[in-house]
Amino acid sequence: MARTKKQRKYDVSAHQLVPKHSKLNQKDTKALFERYNITLKDLPKILANDPALIGLDVKEGDVIAIGRDSPTGGKITYYRGVING
Amino acid sequence: MEEMFVFRQVDSIVFGMLSPKMIKKMASAKIVTPELYDKEGYPVDGGLMDIRLGVIDPGLTCKTCGSKLKECVGHFGYIELARPIVHFKYVGVILSLLRSTCRECGRVLIPKNKIESYRQALERIEQEEGLLERRKKIAEIITGLKTANKCPHCRSRQQKISIEKPTSFLENEKRISPIEIRSRLEKIPDEDCEIFGINSKFTRPEWMILTVMPIPPVTMRPSITLESGERSEDDLTHKLGDIVRINQRLFENINAGAPEIIIEDLWDLLQYHITTFFDNEVAQLPVARHRSGQPLKTLTARIKSKEGRIRHNLAGKRTNFSARTVISPDPMLDLDEVAVPFEIAMKLTVPERITKWNAEYLKSFVEKGPNKYPGSNYIVRPDGKKKKITDETKEQLLEELQPGYVVERHLLDGDIALFNRQPSLHRMSMMCHKVRVLPHKTFRMNPAVCAPYNADFDGDEMNLHIPQTEEARAEAEILMEVQTQLISPRYGLSIIGCVQDSIAGNFVLTKGKGVRMPYNEAVDLLLSVRINDFSKLPKKSIVTGHDIFSCLLPNDFDFKGKSKNDEQVIIKNGILIEGTMDKATLGGGSGLMLRNLHKKYGPKITIDILGKMFRLGIQVLLKYGFTTAISDVELPDVANQKIKESLDSARKEVYELISLFEKGKLDAFPGRSIEETLELKILERLNTARNETGLIVANNVDRTKPTIIMTDSGSKGGPLNLAQMSACVGQQAMRGARISKGYNNRTLSCFSQGDLGPSAHGFIRHGFKEGLTPSEFFFGAMTGRDSLMDTALRTPKSGYLYRRLANALQDLRVEYDDTVRDATGRIIQFNYGEDNIDVSKSEGGNLNVKKIIESI
Repeated sequence: MARTKKQRKYDVSAHQLVPKHSKLNQKDTKALFERYNITLKDLPKILANDPALIGLDVKEGDVIAIGRDSPTGGKITYYRGVING
Repeated sequence: MEEMFVFRQVDSIVFGMLSPKMIKKMASAKIVTPELYDKEGYPVDGGLMDIRLGVIDPGLTCKTCGSKLKECVGHFGYIELARPIVHFKYVGVILSLLRSTCRECGRVLIPKNKIESYRQALERIEQEEGLLERRKKIAEIITGLKTANKCPHCRSRQQKISIEKPTSFLENEKRISPIEIRSRLEKIPDEDCEIFGINSKFTRPEWMILTVMPIPPVTMRPSITLESGERSEDDLTHKLGDIVRINQRLFENINAGAPEIIIEDLWDLLQYHITTFFDNEVAQLPVARHRSGQPLKTLTARIKSKEGRIRHNLAGKRTNFSARTVISPDPMLDLDEVAVPFEIAMKLTVPERITKWNAEYLKSFVEKGPNKYPGSNYIVRPDGKKKKITDETKEQLLEELQPGYVVERHLLDGDIALFNRQPSLHRMSMMCHKVRVLPHKTFRMNPAVCAPYNADFDGDEMNLHIPQTEEARAEAEILMEVQTQLISPRYGLSIIGCVQDSIAGNFVLTKGKGVRMPYNEAVDLLLSVRINDFSKLPKKSIVTGHDIFSCLLPNDFDFKGKSKNDEQVIIKNGILIEGTMDKATLGGGSGLMLRNLHKKYGPKITIDILGKMFRLGIQVLLKYGFTTAISDVELPDVANQKIKESLDSARKEVYELISLFEKGKLDAFPGRSIEETLELKILERLNTARNETGLIVANNVDRTKPTIIMTDSGSKGGPLNLAQMSACVGQQAMRGARISKGYNNRTLSCFSQGDLGPSAHGFIRHGFKEGLTPSEFFFGAMTGRDSLMDTALRTPKSGYLYRRLANALQDLRVEYDDTVRDATGRIIQFNYGEDNIDVSKSEGGNLNVKKIIESI
């Protein structure tokens, strides 16, 4: 399959194994920090240029919610703080 | 004397260098003479063994602090060096400093306007990446400055500085003396030190050139008195003697105005002695030796390497009151017992304090002395003095005993001990057992506790530790006793269960409708497993195996489960109504029956029942006999015929595949070559053939034979092993493919080249009972050797992998808000295990909500 330059940046979010990533808004972010009594640096990290974040328009300091299927917990939400590599 | 206590929280530690001023201030004596003792054998004032430096002889008091031996920690002295000496351990730093500072003005060779930006860059790196990265950056800056040849501050030319190992510095091939080096280092301003990572408050560069040297206290270099009354000094004292002597000579020569060459020579000699005092393993220097020729052990050797203070004494602490020997099984021991040999029980002791109530009891141990079993080895007086009990001192010590004394008595039955097997990979690797002192020379344990220790008896050794205080014993008993470790925190099921013959025995007892036996025989059987309550045994002349097994269970125990072959197991009101006991219900790590017992009745009763079940199984086998023989796997002729047909047709089909391949008519699998496709197809066909024979065997064997009872109960072996014995061993594979290596185009010279048939590539069509052909046997040996190698190589690798994982996860914990966080509070998981279930409170990782509701 011939690939053009544009196609090379494949959008992985359509793949069935990639869980759904979404950006948390300001209010939810604040609520999250309050719930766990944490700051951004206490969250697990994700790089701003992570392939799964393409098209989400993220910047450093955003919080990403990831909806995963867990073998033990069913559908769960995981959070990551965006950092610049 | 009232003790002084200082209550302070340590919040930071600073490492720095000793300044000459500090050295003098902390010294309690100035050392001026290399002599150690005068004619009377008394330490010389101002000598290396000066009594102001601490006490090493019993009975004397320290002249500096007034305390006795063992209380006085020793005090430093100092010597004034006649000429400055380079401290060997700082040669690298001195070189960097000389190279990157100006020889005239002492400033760092960075232009004024750039110093600030360098400083900020370092600051930022430390903030972001830590101290290690900062040090790397400093090293980078220093190498960058090496080539600068003009001072940006005073415009003076810089010379090339090199090092002549180990301790001389050259400028343009001309040697610069330590005096000159020191004066240059003195010129470096405090602010510039910071760039090099030197905090000038605690470390000035010029202190790296010694002008005075601290003399370590005698307590860290004690002399030993030999049997002949002669004194033998420590290596450090010898070395210090050399230093002081040469230093004295140097002083005299300088004062006498000796020629420069002599002074230089002595100076170099002093440099050598001081360097080897710090480190006697400097590559370029000859090693300083004793007269006997063995190298002196100086300061660096005391700290460094495997035998050094850190790895040997600090990281590698040893413990007293421990023992190690080979382990062996004894099913008649309780699960939480360990049998200890008399020899060990008479060496390991438990301290017991005498009170007026136990005085007689403890005196009996002292009376017996150290050589008769329940005796004692030491008594401890209230002032902490320890006295060894011997036949001579016994009478006297017995007189002396009174409340307050402690008797270190031999180990007795019921004492608490910690039992451990390496590698200690999980908490069940170290459990608390009760001691049983027994004859013979191995530790013995109930074979059921092999599983948590991962032990077997092919020569394994284990360690035993005896806790010495009430607190330690209580802690061990509450937290570490075998019964508290029953439920594995890994999967929430009992890790300890019946094994091997006890499973087979219970299976025999309860199989189908169960065995039938007269009432009195059943009573015999139950008594032999230490059950004496027969109220549950039906008062009939003939009782069944189910009746007997029910005697072990509590009266209100209900259980519904499945046995290994999916039959129902029903226990109601403590009576086994239907079903067979086998690995699925009795075994460790599988059965829910043990889990439910534990949940309802707690660890103590569970472990008791488990012990009884274990013994019952063994006693049943003892009563009925249990012998395996190869004849157990004999099959009826019809079955043998079927197996033969099955294998023959497989062979025929393989040859059909081969001829298809040779004609080129074989269709390749996607992504495979035709050869690979053929191999895969052959492999698949032969595998199905083996499985077919396995099925035939499983359907035709005599299920009353012991060998088959073993596989059916799950105590040892499976259907595969049966099939390999009675029908067909099957394809031998190396790296997932048929055996292909050996000679040119063939595996062995008894096959023709290019033979692709089953037997030429490691298919063993005979069973072990029938016997293997020579080539088959050889193929079996090939894979056998291969798998042996594989396990031998894989075990350490996976062990290290696990160790790294465990170390990475060791300080994670579950917080009160259910998050899993590391030591700094960073979140790893938002809900523990993503389902918030404490596995050790669950049943195999699940919560049985229905049962919980029913129980309420």
